[in-house]
Amino acid sequence: MKSALIAAGFACAATLAHAQTPVLTVLAYDSFVSDWGPGPGVEKAFEAQCGCDLRLIGAGDGAALLARARLEGGRGEADIVLGLDTNLTAMATETGLFVPHGVTGTLDLPIAWDDPVFLPFDWSWFAFVHDRTLVPTPPKSFRELADSDLKIVIQDPRSSTPGLGLLMWIKAAYGDASKQIWTDLADNILTVTPGWSEAYDLFLQGEADMVLSYTTSPAYHLIAENDDSKAAAAFDEGHYMQIEVAGVLASSKNPELAQQFMAFMLTDAFQSVIPETNWMYPAKTPEAGLPAGFDTLVKPAISLLLTPSEAETARAPAIEEWRGVLAR
Amino acid sequence: MRQPPDPRPASRQASDRGAAPDPRVFGSGRNRDGIVLPLTGAVVAIAVAVVTLGSVAVVLAQGTGFALMSADWIAVRFTVLQAAVSALVSVILAVPVARALARRRFVGRGVLVTALGAPFLLPVIVAVLGLLAVFGRNGALNSGLGALGLPAISIYGFHGVILAHVFLNLPLVVRMILQGWQAIPAERVRVAQSLGFGPGDIARHLERPMLRAVLPGAGLAVFLICLTSFAVALILGGGPRATTVELAIFQAIRFDFDLGRAAVLASVQFGLCAVAVLVAGRVTIPSGLGVGLDRPLVLPAPCGWRRWVDAVAIALAAGFLLAPLMTVAARGVSGLTDLPVAVWQAAGRSVMLALVSTGVTIAATLTLAQAVIRGGRLGRLAELAGMLPLAASSLVLGVGIFLAVLPFANPARLALPVTALVNATLALPFALRLILPALREIEMTQGRLAQSLGMTGLQRLRLVTVPRLRRPLGFAAGLVAALAMGDLGVIALFATEQSQTLPLQIWRLMGAYRTELAEAAALLLVALSFGLFMIFDHWGRRNAGS
Repeated sequence: MKSALIAAGFACAATLAHAQTPVLTVLAYDSFVSDWGPGPGVEKAFEAQCGCDLRLIGAGDGAALLARARLEGGRGEADIVLGLDTNLTAMATETGLFVPHGVTGTLDLPIAWDDPVFLPFDWSWFAFVHDRTLVPTPPKSFRELADSDLKIVIQDPRSSTPGLGLLMWIKAAYGDASKQIWTDLADNILTVTPGWSEAYDLFLQGEADMVLSYTTSPAYHLIAENDDSKAAAAFDEGHYMQIEVAGVLASSKNPELAQQFMAFMLTDAFQSVIPETNWMYPAKTPEAGLPAGFDTLVKPAISLLLTPSEAETARAPAIEEWRGVLAR
Repeated sequence: MRQPPDPRPASRQASDRGAAPDPRVFGSGRNRDGIVLPLTGAVVAIAVAVVTLGSVAVVLAQGTGFALMSADWIAVRFTVLQAAVSALVSVILAVPVARALARRRFVGRGVLVTALGAPFLLPVIVAVLGLLAVFGRNGALNSGLGALGLPAISIYGFHGVILAHVFLNLPLVVRMILQGWQAIPAERVRVAQSLGFGPGDIARHLERPMLRAVLPGAGLAVFLICLTSFAVALILGGGPRATTVELAIFQAIRFDFDLGRAAVLASVQFGLCAVAVLVAGRVTIPSGLGVGLDRPLVLPAPCGWRRWVDAVAIALAAGFLLAPLMTVAARGVSGLTDLPVAVWQAAGRSVMLALVSTGVTIAATLTLAQAVIRGGRLGRLAELAGMLPLAASSLVLGVGIFLAVLPFANPARLALPVTALVNATLALPFALRLILPALREIEMTQGRLAQSLGMTGLQRLRLVTVPRLRRPLGFAAGLVAALAMGDLGVIALFATEQSQTLPLQIWRLMGAYRTELAEAAALLLVALSFGLFMIFDHWGRRNAGS
């Protein structure tokens, strides 16, 4: 327990040392905060202009973030929650824990954005990623996928935001026919993982032919690994979008600083960090444009998205339908 | 059929008829030690109960509704079924392996026994990937079958869940049973030999009573471990058919924020744990093999077909357990040199955490075990308290502690101490299961003598207890240290600015597409866990019992 005491001591000392400079605490998902994510770049850029200490706290994934904010229930030190998606924002708004962001300005999203509480910072389309050399002619729709012998690995909608995104994708594309799609897909689903990382690892290990990920995932392999074998399959019925957003907590003790961060989020300094660290599209394209390589990515003709309230209403029945079909 | 005389002392034969010896005889109130130890033991038992049950109560208090859905009951049924089958299969397969290891001596035996501890220490996703490299769709087994023109075998399904759970738990059971074999007093074996016992007679009169004493506890441990399985069951089960209670808890907290339901589900897990502990207690019969003089034990190694059976058992177990480990090592080794400094720093922090947790757990276990042995009826309650953490949902535990400390401190600042505490608590049942039977044996056999010599406290611990307890103590400490290296469940909630621990670093590497680095970091984690395990285990096995 000695190290615990020492750790506590350091923590106290750290608090005292920072007492003069204002601190902005942002709760974000783990891969945002990590040394390989946008966190370090964002922190450096914001601290250069705010005269403050930006603390990025990693807490699981999007769903875990909201749970954490609700657990704290306004009693925590966080000012901003960053990393929810539109399937969660209705629930988040309803908690009353968030206040309007107050930022105006244009965004480069395929759809119009008018949520007063949550502000997007990046986005991408969900897609099935495959290896071009192993799957030379990928399916062009869910129906083609269901008719093929291809094995896919997906994430559990009960524990993962991409998993929930797939449910919403099929719901948005097929409406009441979604049950039939799931029934037809059942024999293609190799397995279901709790989160994105396990699924993607299984795919990279060659266990599955395709994995539910993003149209921007191949950019990582292309740019960071110089490997152009990975590609996303374009589906005719369109692709569901994941729009990642941030919101200011009503309990923030630095509302002005929080406001400043929200505005900063849409500037080039923040947005230019996103493509090559989070491997998503920036919500507002930086002046310098997207990095080379992003132009090779699949650009779906149709963008699908349920409104937050539609997604919230659809969630529980869709999970029940999914479970009912696949548990047989 | 020939009925050879029973080599056990007469006083112990009574126990076969269900009259368990009353351990209270050896720890009465007249013993100064006997009063003090159960008291501190009770404190430990209460502390463990407060951490485990208290966290559920805190979560329950925050919830609004308590209704379970029909899907939850399906999850409960699946959870119990897979845990029971996993326990049964692990125990059945472990017996021949442990017997072979107990009575055969061969080059590399020591290394093999140590290496068998490794699967248990693997982080979940690493274990899954290792298994898939061998049994998966693209794995070695199916490649071999394909080359021979045979149809592929799918690992996904109920059998996959069992396969994975057996892979993870078989080594633990083998070690537990092996300890039982090694605890048979050498004197009994000698008497048996001088009476001309064949292998069948030894099995009937020495081995079976020992197994009756050891197997229920080992099976119980596996059952309880599998009760809270989540990612392994889901991935290898092939989808929502394999939904466990722990996954339902995950959903209840993360997406539904239905704390009441999560707490009720966690209580169901504890209820199942309590029932399992009671059942195991009922079917456990003390071996009654009695006192020995701690002479080194050499079990007779029968020749003929038994030799081949033993060889096959060892070879199959080694292949099954080590092949996935090899693939993990092979995949991770290339990235080791590229690991960033932050990963090494996190590794250092994790080792420190593991050592702190080990110290706390071992001290708590020794105290608690004394209380269990001397506490009579209350002792059984203490034992139940000691087993509770096995059935604890780490997520509910984390949420409960989070809610409990929130009014007083910023949870992020307490990440490391809370992790150490939770790891220590979660590892306690393993240590207790390993130490308790050995300590009970010591108290029964040496307790009276030690008491008549007026040995108490540290003196008794040093001269009587530790020398005989060395083997299980070393194994338990190694296991606890390795387990404490690996835990992620709780710290994720108490997340802080830096990636504090190695498991968290692996998680973040995976989330950032850095698969190769993640595999290297996972190998580092396995190596460090295994290193800690080996150091403690080696201490235990060196001159053990002499």
